Formats: sequence, structure tokens, C-alpha cells
Amino acid sequence: MEYIDEYRDPGVIQHLIHHIRHLSGRPVRLMEVCGTHTVSIFRNGIRDLLPKRIRLISGPGCPVCVTPVEQIDQAIVLAQENDVILATFGDLLRVPGSNTSLLKQRGQGADIRIVYSAYDALSLARENEKKEVVFLGVGFETTAPTIGAVIQHARQAKVRNFTVLSMHKILPPALEALVESPEIEIDGFICPGHVSTIIGAGPYEAIAQKFDVPCVIAGFEPVDVLQTVHLLLQQIERGEASVEIQYRRAVSPQGNLRARRIMEEVFEPCDSVWRGFGSLSQSGFQIRKSYREFDAGHRFRITLPRAEEPEGCLCGSILRGLVEPPDCTLFRRVCTPENPVGACMVSSEGTCAAYYKYAS
Amino acid sequence: MCLGIPMCIQEIDGNVATAVLGGTTRRIHLDVLDEAVGIGDHVIVHAGFAIHKISEEEARETLNLFREAGVLSVDLEREGHGIH
Amino acid sequence: MEKKRDIVTMDHGGGGRAARDLIERCFLSRFDNPYLNRMDDSAVVTLGTDRLAITTDSYVVDPIFFPGGDIGSLAVHGTVNDLSVQGARPVFLSAAFILEEGFDLADLERVLDAMAESTRRAEVSIVAGDTKVVPRGRCDKVYINTTGVGLVEDGVHVSGSNAQINDRLILSGSAGDHGIAVLSQREGLRFDTELVSDSAPLNRLVGEILSGTPAVHAMRDPTRGGVAASLNEIANQSNVGIVIREAAIPVKEGVRSACEILGLDPLYVANEGKILVFVGPEDAPQVLETIRRNPLGREAQIIGEVVSTHPGQVVMKTMVGGTRIVDMPLGEQLPRIC
Repeated sequence: MEYIDEYRDPGVIQHLIHHIRHLSGRPVRLMEVCGTHTVSIFRNGIRDLLPKRIRLISGPGCPVCVTPVEQIDQAIVLAQENDVILATFGDLLRVPGSNTSLLKQRGQGADIRIVYSAYDALSLARENEKKEVVFLGVGFETTAPTIGAVIQHARQAKVRNFTVLSMHKILPPALEALVESPEIEIDGFICPGHVSTIIGAGPYEAIAQKFDVPCVIAGFEPVDVLQTVHLLLQQIERGEASVEIQYRRAVSPQGNLRARRIMEEVFEPCDSVWRGFGSLSQSGFQIRKSYREFDAGHRFRITLPRAEEPEGCLCGSILRGLVEPPDCTLFRRVCTPENPVGACMVSSEGTCAAYYKYAS
Repeated sequence: MCLGIPMCIQEIDGNVATAVLGGTTRRIHLDVLDEAVGIGDHVIVHAGFAIHKISEEEARETLNLFREAGVLSVDLEREGHGIH
Repeated sequence: MEKKRDIVTMDHGGGGRAARDLIERCFLSRFDNPYLNRMDDSAVVTLGTDRLAITTDSYVVDPIFFPGGDIGSLAVHGTVNDLSVQGARPVFLSAAFILEEGFDLADLERVLDAMAESTRRAEVSIVAGDTKVVPRGRCDKVYINTTGVGLVEDGVHVSGSNAQINDRLILSGSAGDHGIAVLSQREGLRFDTELVSDSAPLNRLVGEILSGTPAVHAMRDPTRGGVAASLNEIANQSNVGIVIREAAIPVKEGVRSACEILGLDPLYVANEGKILVFVGPEDAPQVLETIRRNPLGREAQIIGEVVSTHPGQVVMKTMVGGTRIVDMPLGEQLPRIC
């Protein structure tokens, strides 16, 4: 497979490991903030290959994991409405709300369909004119532009029965919150590759300078991750704190301007609740007033009581890299993939799920 | 976040293209791409949309480092490969 | 507030942990007997001087016609294979049909033609049957149940609980073909080289393996839940550890790339024409040769071995040299964008 196999080349991997081992010996903590990185690291067994002094920590990079219980509950209430077809990416299906999940609701007769792209959801709306189709807009800046594009298309095509429940999150504010937090010590960030395809390298400059932390934008194949670790270690050794792009075949310094323009036309930043962080200023996306007819939050007024985080659940601390899954008393004993308590266990990219599945 | 797959454009019809990876083809949307693409170009595909045209040059530079170090085992010269 | 009710979910049908839990909690607890409790692919019972293997399976695949197969031939192959991997020679099948009102008779006949052809190919006979019709919407076109009976020769003791330390593990061919062939229909994926289901009867292949080496310890045909589910089942049943090498597992290019695109793992995708064979190290090379001589086993590989460490767990050496656990799947693998 082109542009994949060469980044899994065993010879190159050995070469990079060799060079990593030869760098200075002090312990470092590197945080990856992208769930796809969490999975790649686990699936390939990369921790095994690195010297023990290099610790890879998983941060709040799974947009599904950081979606608070209230928003899942909102989606579930919508799904229970009679004439609503709820369209969602597969990632959300098993996430637990306060009482139930979308998967269980589907089992009770709610019309919930899995789609691969926002366009599929729009097609559903066109094929089912007598129903309301609500699409769950989840994801970071990688996904938001695609949903913005579909909303714009819906307007052009005069589709009246299509709305989006926006649960989108913006990543850089969470990174700042992480670094500002006194409890956390991070020596370097492995920055998300595809989010950066959209936002470019600029948003990380402030973090690198203000907090004196090197940031390297990484691809997802084993060679990408290891090369990134190498680049971070080199910066740490030289006492540098700058932003570098490892994933140069897919990320340009200015990012994707067209995607951002579409995103900014349809969405605007708003304060948003992140599981484990509470409310972060200007860290989510809501649909602008000018596109209100596509906002499910506006079309369906749902008020829900404030949901409690489940007792004993350490998702919040895990998302901030403070503890690891085995430190949580619920992990494996009560909280398992078939009976997840918190979202970290549900999402295939959640730290706890990855740990449960892959850690030997 | 997030899953993004490198695919090669085979056909273009307005805002929609057919793209292929390893013999598997799929319809993808070009609405959020910031540069023009043609047949034979490679793109990163996320959630059914192309989000970036892969820079062949950048990819080549990255891999040249390894080729020069003599550690690249994968044969890059096979037919149809994007890197020459 | 509505009282929490446990309900059946799609995960219970996925061939993974959820399915297993349901079986243990609801079924085994009530039907408790030594045959059932073994949880093998078939039950081996003694009748007079003969040992019979019995198995049953229901087929609800959607779509009912897919590249390389259909629900009818699947219903024959699947049950024939469950008998074969228990070391039995399949002889008789029963077939029960639940038909949806409005189902096209031409399609029904197409399914039945395929079944008839499959029974001839597998050299079994359908000796009993049943047909029911339910109102439109109460089932999806047609559901088929087949029950199979086979004969186990003297000296053959093949069971999921019989895997031995140091056994070599052979996979007879590429992983994930069936699941991707079926999924591709639903998800609009197309393939340059046609990707078809591997649905096939494996009794002749198994016969060849067993006639050469009766010292085969365990066999499994990895269906729903993929190779990962079957290996975990055996690791548990036999209370042994299993180590496999990612680089050794054959996967067709189309399957690999389809999995990349959908965010799936081939190890967890269903097969319908492959077997896993656990055989002692001295006999492994010969068994591998035997399998490769059969058209259904050309791509067979030794993919791992049984170890005494980490009993009950399956561990994989990854392509890049790391190690990771291959866990029992929860339920159906969901496509993802994250």
C-alpha cells in the first residue's frame, strides 16, 4: 500500500530505535494528544521498542472520550423521538450516557444509523423526506470542515429535514489547559497529524514559547511516531522548544485554508465542557446563527439535568495524563469494554480501551 | 484523532472522485481540499473527504534520508508507486 | 425514571465476549451437561460403539447473495465445517427455513439450488427439514438453521481443550475474506481484484490432514469474531498461552486496504473457509505440506505456537517488532473515523 508500507519498514524502525537509544539518558515524559496515536502506539507495540526512560503518556486526544455525559444524553433523547433518524459515526455507538447508550437504544427500536461520512447522513435526509435526520457532529478540527461543507451543500440543495448536533471540540485550548496545570509535567508534545493538516503549525507556537515545551507534529505509522520521538529528544537535549513538522507529506505550516474558511463560515467557537477538564473557554464549536436552520440544538429544544460523572471513574485524571488505567480501581474489575463506566474505555481509542486490549 | 488514509485519485467528477488504496476503491468528496488534484495524485482521506494533497516531494525527502542511511528495506521502485 | 432492563444487543451476536457471556449466563446455566459445557464447535457423544458429532447453526447473513456465496451454501459449509474441525466426517444435515412473507420465490430457488450444489460438493445429505413463514417485516427474507451429524473415527481426539504446550499453529489461508466481501456490498467499496467470500466445505481437507496425522490436537474454523476470537477461545479452553507473528498471517491486499479504509483489524473479521490447526512440532511441517496440496489451503502458514506463559492470553509479535495482546473481541467491530 503506497504511502503506508514504507512507513512500516522494519529496517527504518530498527535504525530509528538505535538512534533513540543513543541520545542522552535522562527520563522524559512525552504526551500524545490524539487517539489515533494512542491506538497506533499500542497496536504496533511501540512502547516495547523504546527504552524505559522514555514514557509515552496519552492525553485528551479522543474527541469521543472528552464528550461529556450530557451531550450523549442529548443525542439519546433525540434518538428516542418518533420521527427522527439519528446518524452517527460508529465511534459513538457504545459510549455510555447517564443510563444507556446509543447501541442499547437502537436495540429498543430507536432509528440509529452508522455512517462513514457526513454526506451519507445528508443522503439519508433526502431519502426519508418525512423524517428528521439528525447527524451527530463529533470530532476535532479534522472533521468539522467536512460537516461544514455538507451543511453548506444542504443549504444549496434546499434540504429541510437535516440538522447537526454539534459536539465538536477545538484542540489547542485543551493543550494549553494541560500545560498550565501545575500537576502535570510534560517534556514534549507529539502533536496530532490530521488536526494539523487543517490548522497548520501556528497554534502550537504559543504553547511552545509560553511553556517552553517542544512540539512535533506527527504522522501515524510506526516510522512517523519513532521519528517524532527522535526529533523531540533532540530538541530536549539541545534545550530547544520549537514547533517542528515530522508529518511533512500531509501537513503544511499554514494548514488547509479552504477547510478552515468553510469551518469558520458555518461554526463559531464557544465555551465547552470537556470530560475531565470541566468547562474550557472557546474550546468547542457551535453552529452560527446564519446556519441556524441546520442546528439540531435549535430545532429540538432539549433540556436535561446536569449529569454526574460516575463514582470512582478516573477518566478525567487519565485524560490529563495524571494516572494510568491500572491506577483506577474500576479498571478491569468493573469497567470493561462490554460494561464501560467512562468513555475512556468505550472509544476504541480511549486510553483504557487501548490498555485493556493491547497492553501486555 | 483521526483516521486518515492515503489514496490515489482514479477518476474525478466535479466535487466527487474515485480513489484507490491497495486495490480497494471508494467514492470520496473534494469539497474541503485546498488545491486542485488530478488523476494519479494522492490525497489523505478522512471521513469520506480528501483533506490534503500528499506532497510527493516531502515524502521523498523523508525517505531519502533513510535510503541514504541504507536502512530502507521496502522496494520503492516497483511499478505504480508514487515515489520515484 | 425507567427501570434499567437488560436487553439483547447486536454485540450478543458478534461471536465475541458479549456473546460468550450471554451463553454462559443464560444458556449453559440452564442446559448444563458435560457435552455442552465443553463449548466445542460440535458435541461428541457416544451412541453404542460409535462416536457421533452433533452441531447446529443459524444463518442470518445480510445480504443473502454476496460475492463468492449466498446464505444457502453458507448454511451447508458452516455446519459441515463445525463437524469437520471436531474430527468428524459429516454425513447428514437437517435444514429449517424461516421465510418472510413477500420473499421472492425465484430468490428462494436460487438459494436452494446453491444449497443442493453445496451438499453434493461436501458429500452430505439433507435428510430432514422444516419451513415456516412469518408476516412481512418479522424476519429478513430468509433465515436458515442447519443441524449436522458426523462420525468420529477411533483414535481421533480433537477438541478446543486439547491444545498442548509447544504445538505449532497453522492457519490454512488468508484472513478476513468473507467479512470484507459481505461488508463491501453494504459500504460501497469496490475492488480491482475481485474480493470474494472464502465460503467452502473443509471436510475433504480435514480428512486429508487426519489420515496423515491422527495426532492433531485442536482445530477451529474461525468465523464471526475472526481468527482473534477462535484463538482466545482455545487459549481459554485449553488454559494455555498462544503467541502469533503478525508478519506470518496471510492477508489479501484488498482485505488489508479495505480494513485500513474502514478502521478495522483483519484479525477480527469473519472467515468461512479457513481452519486453524494445532499440531505437535514434529508433525507440523508435514501437516503444512498436506494443507498446501489442497486447493483450499495453498496459502497456509505456520503463524505461531502454544506456550506455557500467560495462560488464557493470546499475544502477538507485531510487524515492527513490538508485542501486543490480541484480545477477545467485544462484539461486532464498528467502523470508525477516529
